[in-house]
Amino acid sequence: MELIFIPIVAAFIAAWTGKWSRWISLLGSIISGVFLLYFYIHFNPDAGVQWQWNKPWFSSAIHFHSGIDGISMVLLILTNVLCPLILLSAFHKKEDNALLFALIVGMQGALNGVFVARDGLMFYIFWELALIPVYFIAGLWGEGNRFKTTLRFFIYTFIGSLAMLASLIYLFSKTPDSSSFSYETLVAVQLNPNEAFWVGAGLLLAFAVKIPVMPFHGWQPATYTEAPAVGSMLLSGIMLKMGLYGLIRWFMPLVPESLPTFVPFIVGAGIIGILYAALIAIRQNDMKRIVAYSSLSHVGLIAAGIAVAGETGVQGGILQMFSHGVNAVGLFLAIDIIERRNQTRFLDALGGMAAQSRAFAVFFLVIVLGATAVPFTNGFPGELLLLKTVFSYHPVWGVMAGITIILCAVYMLRMYQFSMLGESKGTVFNSLAWHEWASLSGIVLLIVFFGLFPQLIMDISAPAVKQLLMLIQNTKGVIS
Amino acid sequence: MGMLFIILLSPLIGFLFSGIIGKYLPEKITGWISSLSIFVSFIFSLQVFLDLTPNVAEPAGGPAFEAIGFTFLSVGDVFVDFAIQADRLTSLMMLVITGIGFLIHLYSISYMHGDKGFYKFFAYLNLFVFNMLVLVMGSNFLMLFFGWEGVGLCSYLLIGFWYRNAEYGKAARKAFIMNRIGDLGLLVGLFLVISSCKSLNYSDVFAAAKSGSLSTEMVTAICISFFIGAMGKSAQIPLYTWLPDAMAGPTPVSALIHAATMVTAGVYLVVRCNVLFEMAPAAQQLILWIGLSTSILAALIGLKQNDIKKVLAYSTVSQLGLMFIALGVGAYSAAMFHLITHAFFKALLFLGSGSVIHGMGGEQDIRKMGGLKSYMPVTYYTFLIGTLAISGMPLFSGFFSKDEILATVFTQQPVVWFLAVVSALITGVYMFRVFLVTFMGGFRGTETQKHHLHESPALITVPLIILTILSLVGGLLNLPELFTHDHAQWLKHWLSPVLGNSQDALHHPSHSTEWMLMGIAVSVFIAAFLYTRNKYISHASVPEEDAEMTGAAKWSAHKFYVDELYDKVFVRSTERLGSTMDKADSGIFAGLMGWVSSGISFMSELFSKIQNGRIQYYLLYMVIGVILMLVIKIFK
Repeated sequence: MELIFIPIVAAFIAAWTGKWSRWISLLGSIISGVFLLYFYIHFNPDAGVQWQWNKPWFSSAIHFHSGIDGISMVLLILTNVLCPLILLSAFHKKEDNALLFALIVGMQGALNGVFVARDGLMFYIFWELALIPVYFIAGLWGEGNRFKTTLRFFIYTFIGSLAMLASLIYLFSKTPDSSSFSYETLVAVQLNPNEAFWVGAGLLLAFAVKIPVMPFHGWQPATYTEAPAVGSMLLSGIMLKMGLYGLIRWFMPLVPESLPTFVPFIVGAGIIGILYAALIAIRQNDMKRIVAYSSLSHVGLIAAGIAVAGETGVQGGILQMFSHGVNAVGLFLAIDIIERRNQTRFLDALGGMAAQSRAFAVFFLVIVLGATAVPFTNGFPGELLLLKTVFSYHPVWGVMAGITIILCAVYMLRMYQFSMLGESKGTVFNSLAWHEWASLSGIVLLIVFFGLFPQLIMDISAPAVKQLLMLIQNTKGVIS
Repeated sequence: MGMLFIILLSPLIGFLFSGIIGKYLPEKITGWISSLSIFVSFIFSLQVFLDLTPNVAEPAGGPAFEAIGFTFLSVGDVFVDFAIQADRLTSLMMLVITGIGFLIHLYSISYMHGDKGFYKFFAYLNLFVFNMLVLVMGSNFLMLFFGWEGVGLCSYLLIGFWYRNAEYGKAARKAFIMNRIGDLGLLVGLFLVISSCKSLNYSDVFAAAKSGSLSTEMVTAICISFFIGAMGKSAQIPLYTWLPDAMAGPTPVSALIHAATMVTAGVYLVVRCNVLFEMAPAAQQLILWIGLSTSILAALIGLKQNDIKKVLAYSTVSQLGLMFIALGVGAYSAAMFHLITHAFFKALLFLGSGSVIHGMGGEQDIRKMGGLKSYMPVTYYTFLIGTLAISGMPLFSGFFSKDEILATVFTQQPVVWFLAVVSALITGVYMFRVFLVTFMGGFRGTETQKHHLHESPALITVPLIILTILSLVGGLLNLPELFTHDHAQWLKHWLSPVLGNSQDALHHPSHSTEWMLMGIAVSVFIAAFLYTRNKYISHASVPEEDAEMTGAAKWSAHKFYVDELYDKVFVRSTERLGSTMDKADSGIFAGLMGWVSSGISFMSELFSKIQNGRIQYYLLYMVIGVILMLVIKIFK
């Protein structure tokens, strides 16, 4: 509850407060984080869904029903840790950008809503709500062909959302007396294989577009590239996790009947996407495009691992969602810092910056290593679990997915080499501002800390994941 | 065992110290504190070693000391502790890593003097030692993988240490990426181990293997996967081409990482998994032949290189090949013996070459040296001992360790033995060549260089002298039975808890055969010496220019064009594939949607003209309205 409304209220205040906007947004964002900290401290992973808040909303069928279980908790931590960092990263935009800060903190509220929703329609409403701020951020502060790109992004996600809505409504109509959208009721609905296929396809379309899984990624590279840095951070850091979260929380338990049909496709598309995107990333000159395709490559592995629907896969997916969020935000942040100083983020125009700022070179290196999944960084344990899952699913898929550890090193190190090392091409690098220090060191601490202690995250979500998988297994059992 | 943690963490503290505040301190302090952190590890490693010594009745295979930190991951069937151990195999590796590591740290204080990245260099070097210790001290395969990738990272950082040079950066990336190809193999091996043993702990896995619960096919698959990892790290065919390029790093790095320690990680891995490899004869055959081919190919390339460090690099590849030959026939203690003696004399040779390069003001081409004997006497004598040791001068360390490998191979596969002797002959030739051309004859450099020629300072020569002594007496570790009956084969006995009785089962040649083999080895050594002496001293010839070379010599000088081949086949084709997909991606996926969206944006432009305002703001107000409505609804 508090996690949804505090940021949204802060957003409304911030929108009208001109130059104070950034401080008010940050305050709102942090207060939300403090509440989450309270929840986290009193959180018992084994106790199922906690802090439930359940009231009828539009009708008796549609409830405002929020609650936190282990899976939600991990994503809430991700959202509420990253949003303040993203706000900080935009702190240089002092004037005339009140709305930007308001939209970011508003986004935080909407995302929190997505991750706590225990009611199908409420989930849908927040899902859509989360789209709006980022749409404006990309449309108003973007560059290049921003209107066209934003529109394309909007159409893609909107079509997906509509399909999801249709699926949810169909499931609703199958509940006893069409009485409830609540999660438990929807999960309990039994479908025949044909129905399950179509309902599953609808949900999957929405999630596959948002993640995005190849070949539903048409909106992604351009949007990541042309959105302003904060937009790219929100999109890749948190928003695409909505799609992955949707797979775990909604798709798999709602239509377990259709899993045998869909899983091979998700795994296949995910893994082909890994290689496809990685190969493209090797050839890019625009740093943001490299990160966009690397993101596509990473989420392909996450989607494949989750779809196998085993404990290592889902847990690895959750861990990697967390890590990828941190790393993607870190990468976009670093690129933004470079671009603001040089007015370019193209590799052929950069170089030699390591000599100009040692501190930044170290920060950026750690982030790059995290994204390359080097041991002792947060990228490693999740990738290990996911690759292991895919490998046990099928060794050939496993080895293909494993090629990512080679290709990822190729494009990440190439990016670092050409931007930071070598001789300077006349670029200047002014030393980091205080808020840049703050957000970069926050990210780097997260990368190293969770590289050493990934189990802390795994302990939060383990009981919830086990329960969820049991639920899926049981339903499958009933059907067969 | 708190001691183990001290050994492990001391270099890490050194890393943090140098990395964070080293920048603000004078060079000397950073350098000495950083070296001290390795020395602390060395002293405690020595203590561990001594504690293991009387423990002869130790149960076979079990680690002597173990320490568990915390649970790293526990998800489903993946359960891994952050745990370290020290058994007899590990303790040997620890001594080599921290001992030679310490000497090289001392050397670097002088060698890196005045470099802008002085503190950074020591930070990376400490981080390397930490990761290397993780690699050998881990008590499960994931810890090994941690260290494995960690040393790869440090190697990347140190090869590209002089980061302004784009060529060095390229070499660094090449090393990292080729290593990652091997790492994929190791990772697959890890997955196979998890799925078949449900554990990554050495003790569980080896117990499962001994109990016979693993099929031969599975064990073979695991072993081959591990060996692919070893190919990357230990520079074996086909993944060897990164190591010569890695010479772009500062010379102490080449000595520590690319000669004495990191590149031997593959050998350590196979020795550690000897239980598995013993069960997989097919994998052993693969190792044997890859090792042999690498040994010969690298030696042939080494014959025609003129960069002093490149010769040593190919020599390292070749010597590693020899160790793998030993592993291929199951002679694990012989491989470890050669690993240790090689660490002594190859570190010595590299540090010696660093001293030469230092004295020559950065020159690495042996054709422009010559006659350094009179200018750098300490370097000359130490380099001489190193050369004699690697070429197999009787009673020097390399003689014994090579001899043991060759003798074991002879009883099993005489053909391999013959080819390995040929490789040893070539080794002698290129080592004498580099030595004679560098130190003998007249000086061929410029006048300024000649003017500046000087012996290196004590911080450089003292480590050289210590390593020289070790190269001389290293053979005592594992004397053959021919020489002494009571103290023979100390190393083999020392390692017996780790290697089980696999070493006793090896056939040894009869004494008369062994004398004969030794005789052949000595004649090979003498032949190599006489041939090179005749060519480079009596005829005082200097290696020819690249352009003058023809036929086989040209192929050798150009490294048999393997780099070019890889570049064409793998690099270019990957890049081309990437470009094609890039075009396709913007063409198909973006293009298709572009049509749809441009249609719609045309309509939206139409609408916005009608509205004559900024449609975004209208939309925003609408959303705000909706949210307000929702909020009111909730609280009603």
